[in-house]
Amino acid sequence: MIDDPELTHGYVDATLRAEFPDLGLVYTEVPVRPRRSPPEVRERLRTASDRFTGAKAVTLRQQPIPWAYRVFFRHVGIDPDERRTPIEAIALERMRAGGFLSRNVVDDALLLATLETGVPVLAFDAAAVDGELGLRVSPGGESLGELPLSSGQVVVADGVRALAVLFGETAEGCGVQPSSQRMLLAGVRVKGVPEVSIEEALWVAAETVSDAD
Amino acid sequence: MAEVLDARVAPQVVDDLAIRRQLREQVARLEGELGALFCSTYPRTGFDWNVGSRGGPRMLSLKELEEVRDELAAKLQHNRRVLGDRTYVEELHRRRIEEMLLEPERHKFVRVRNEDIGERGCKQWHVLPRYGLIGMLMNWWRVKISSGCPLAGGLGPPLPSDG
Repeated sequence: MIDDPELTHGYVDATLRAEFPDLGLVYTEVPVRPRRSPPEVRERLRTASDRFTGAKAVTLRQQPIPWAYRVFFRHVGIDPDERRTPIEAIALERMRAGGFLSRNVVDDALLLATLETGVPVLAFDAAAVDGELGLRVSPGGESLGELPLSSGQVVVADGVRALAVLFGETAEGCGVQPSSQRMLLAGVRVKGVPEVSIEEALWVAAETVSDAD
Repeated sequence: MAEVLDARVAPQVVDDLAIRRQLREQVARLEGELGALFCSTYPRTGFDWNVGSRGGPRMLSLKELEEVRDELAAKLQHNRRVLGDRTYVEELHRRRIEEMLLEPERHKFVRVRNEDIGERGCKQWHVLPRYGLIGMLMNWWRVKISSGCPLAGGLGPPLPSDG
């Protein structure tokens, strides 16, 4: 068990806030030691696999939180049937692979958090983040590593640069590395998702990582 | 008419944000209805759920939001119609199963599968003669209900070890 993680509300730039008043990014910093998941976490994944049935996967889009992210995907020009929302991607992978396969403690923690709450959780190497984390619109002429960003694209950024396309690629070196010692866990809030779900998602991810230590 | 042409009349100020908000609400409602329809259609296949992506995540223009809304509405209407047609045919098949059970001799060799009535699985109702050729000559017919899908070939390869 861990204490409630200290949550910080990231900035949302004015353009985005005017368009999506309920959009937000909540994050917390936790210590991490990236490695193979311990048996307890793998056992949790196995139990979660057994509980996650096909019927649940089919009706997922009717549940309030997964539906809220599908709607947000539509609002920002993503077809959620083409690029799946994180929870739907997890469900699809469960059906395809026959279970939740363990990758490493960080990925497993993010998976469990999203699975239990429906809220997508992102992780960044704390050492690669400079300043406050937030959501903004790319002004154009900006790039994510070698990937050029188009004007108007929604990105997760720190005070200096774009770290990731929202629900997309992460800039090289910004994700959690094997050498990372601290990481930022960030939950994306959209309209229809209660604040408590975001907090719970971050808590589950932080707890899974800390329990593994 | 004179009033319309009067240049002194101030043009109406259009609240762009309000229009966009309304469009987003319409998109949300349509997405909810499409999700409910998706669940209703399961396990049927052959429906098209894709509404073109707009290269997101990015801020969509008013025109793009309208396009998303219109495409969702069109997709919803189309899929509802397809589902309506399918359920009508499925109902006919269900009725046929009842008729087969009541009077098998009037439906010789007819076979109705689970997928014909919109259900999953391999169950089927097949009208066959009792005792083969003798049954055919004597007009003894019965409905044979299959017991389900054939058993899997084996356990298959083990999952990658994570222990």
